[in-house]
Amino acid sequence: MDEILEILDGLGLDADFENCTTLVDDGILESLDIVTIIAELSDAFDITIPARDIVPENFNSAEAMLSMVNCLLDE
Amino acid sequence: MLFTSYGFIAFLAVLFALYYVIPKRFQWLLLLAADIVFYACAGWKGLCFMAATVVVSWAATNLMGTSLRAQKAFLSSPEGKVLERPERKAYKKQCEKRRKLIFVLALIADLGILAALKYTNFLINNVNAIFSADIASVDWVLPLGISFYTFQTVSYVIDVYWEKVEPERNILRVALFTSFFPLLIQGPISRFGDLRDTLFAEHKADFKQISFGLQRILWGYFKKLVIADRLLVAVTALCGDPEAYTGAYVFIGAVLYAAELYADFTGGIDITIGIAQVLGISVKENFIRPYFSRNIAEYWRRWHISMGTWFKDYIFYPLSVAPWLLKLSKSARKKISDGFGRKLSVYVSTIVTWFLTGLWHGAAWNFVVWGLLNAFFILLAEEFKPVSQRFRAKHEKLVSGFGYRAFETLRTFLLMCSLRVLDCYRDVTVSFRAIGTVFTDFNWREAFSGTLLQLGLTGADYIIAFCGVIVMFAVSCVQEKRGSVREALWEKPVLSYAVFFILAVAVLTLGAYGVGYDASQFIYNQF
Repeated sequence: MDEILEILDGLGLDADFENCTTLVDDGILESLDIVTIIAELSDAFDITIPARDIVPENFNSAEAMLSMVNCLLDE
Repeated sequence: MLFTSYGFIAFLAVLFALYYVIPKRFQWLLLLAADIVFYACAGWKGLCFMAATVVVSWAATNLMGTSLRAQKAFLSSPEGKVLERPERKAYKKQCEKRRKLIFVLALIADLGILAALKYTNFLINNVNAIFSADIASVDWVLPLGISFYTFQTVSYVIDVYWEKVEPERNILRVALFTSFFPLLIQGPISRFGDLRDTLFAEHKADFKQISFGLQRILWGYFKKLVIADRLLVAVTALCGDPEAYTGAYVFIGAVLYAAELYADFTGGIDITIGIAQVLGISVKENFIRPYFSRNIAEYWRRWHISMGTWFKDYIFYPLSVAPWLLKLSKSARKKISDGFGRKLSVYVSTIVTWFLTGLWHGAAWNFVVWGLLNAFFILLAEEFKPVSQRFRAKHEKLVSGFGYRAFETLRTFLLMCSLRVLDCYRDVTVSFRAIGTVFTDFNWREAFSGTLLQLGLTGADYIIAFCGVIVMFAVSCVQEKRGSVREALWEKPVLSYAVFFILAVAVLTLGAYGVGYDASQFIYNQF
C-alpha cells in the first residue's frame, strides 16, 4: 500500500489518495489523470492494465488500485 | 419520417395506444415492428445495411460467448483441472486468441460499412486534391443514423469481448437494441448493459411516467420549433455569406448558433427520452446543462455525454494502455525527459481520440480541425493546471465568488462558440478568416443598424426566440439548483396543467411554421 501511495503522491495530483474512496465518482480524478496513473503503475509493477479493467471501481481509491494491481500480478 | 412531421405524431399516437393494449410479452416485438416501419420510411436500402450490422454483431457476440463458455467448462472439468498452471494459461490464451479474431472481424465488418458509406467520397476528394487525380465520386446511400447505431452495436460487441455483458441469443432482441427508433436520429448512444433490462421488459401503463414522458416531448418540441428552427434562419443567412457578414456578425452568428444547436440537440434528446419514458423505457441523460461549465473538460462531461464516454471507454483508454504506447512513453522518459515521457501517452491518446471524434461528426476537414482544436485546448488546460491550482489556493475567496465563476463560465462558452464556427461555415479557411474579422473588423453599430432584420427573421421572431432562450435558461437554472422541474410541478397539479397547456399553445402558435415552411432535420441527424 505504501508503495502505491508513494507513486500516487509523486504525481502531483490534487487528490487525497490516503482517505478518499470516491476519486472517480466525485470527479477528483479525470480521464487524463487515470491514464497518467496507469502508466505509472504499469511501469512500477511491470504489469499490463487491460482496457476492460479501466472502470471507476478500480480507481476510486488507492486500496482499489492496489487490489487491481494484485489481481493482475496473480494472473 | 421527421420527428417534427405530422406523420410522426400520428405514428407515435398509434404506437403508444397499441403498446399498452397488446399483451405485455409482445411489447418489445411491437417496438421492433415500429422500428422497421420507421426505418423503412427512410428507404429499404438503409434497412439492408442495418440488418447486416445486426447479423454480424449477433453472430460475433454469440460465437465469442460460446467460446468463453467452452473454455470455462473445460477448465472446470476433471480433464482441465489436472492441467498445470502454465498449461491452463496456454489453453486460455489460445481461446482468447480465437475470440480476438472473431472480435476483430466483427469490428472490421461493422465499422467497415460505416467507413465505406460515410468516408469514401472524403477519401476520393483528398486523393484527387493531393495527386491531381480525377476519380469520380460515388453515389452511395447513407443509412439514417448509421453513425449512432454502428457505435451502439460496436460498444455491444466490445463489451461482450471484454466480458462485461452476456451475449444476447435472440437475434430479434439484438435487432431492437440496434434499431430502437427514438435513439436512431441523434442518440444517446446507449450501451446494451444499460438498455437490456428496460428495453425487453414488460411495462405497465404508469400515469406519472406517461405524463412525464409527454411533458418532456412537448418541452423538446418547444425548444426545436420555437427556438432552434427560428434561429436557424438567421444563422444560415449569416454563415451563407461570409464575405458580407464579418466582424460583429460573426460574433452574433456564433452566439445564435450556440443557442440554436443547444435547443435543437437537447430538444431532440428531450423528444427521444420522452418517447422512451412514455413506453416505460429509461434512457440515460445526454446533457447536464453544458453551458454552465467552467472549463472545457467539464463542458465535455456535460455535452453529448454518451458520445464522450463512448470515445473515452472505447478509444481513449484502450489506446492509452496500448503496450506500444506505454513502451514509447517509457523510452521517452529515459531518453528525453521524465516529464515528457510521463505525458506522452496522455497526449497521443487525446489527440487521436479527438481526431476521430471530429471525423465521426462529419467526413470533412472542418470537423477534423474542430476535433484537434478541442484536443489542443484540453491539453493546454492540463498544462496550466498547476498554475491554476496555485492561483486557486492563493485566491480562494475570489475564485469561490459569483463573479469569478461567471467569468469562467463565460470564457468557456465563448471558447466553445469560437470552435463551433468551424461547424457553421463548414470550411476551415473561411472559418479562420471569419474569426479573424471579429478582431479586425468589429462594428457593433453596423450590426444593429437593421441588417439583422434582413436575414429572414422579423423583429417579432427575434423577440420570440429571445424569450424562448430566457425560458430555457430559467429552467436550466432551476434544474441546476433544485433538480427536476417536472417533479416539483407534479406536487402542484393545477400549476402543472397550466404550465404545459401554455407550452402546448406556444408550440402550436409560436413554432416556426409559416407558409411553405418545412421543419428542418435535427442538426445531429446529419452526423
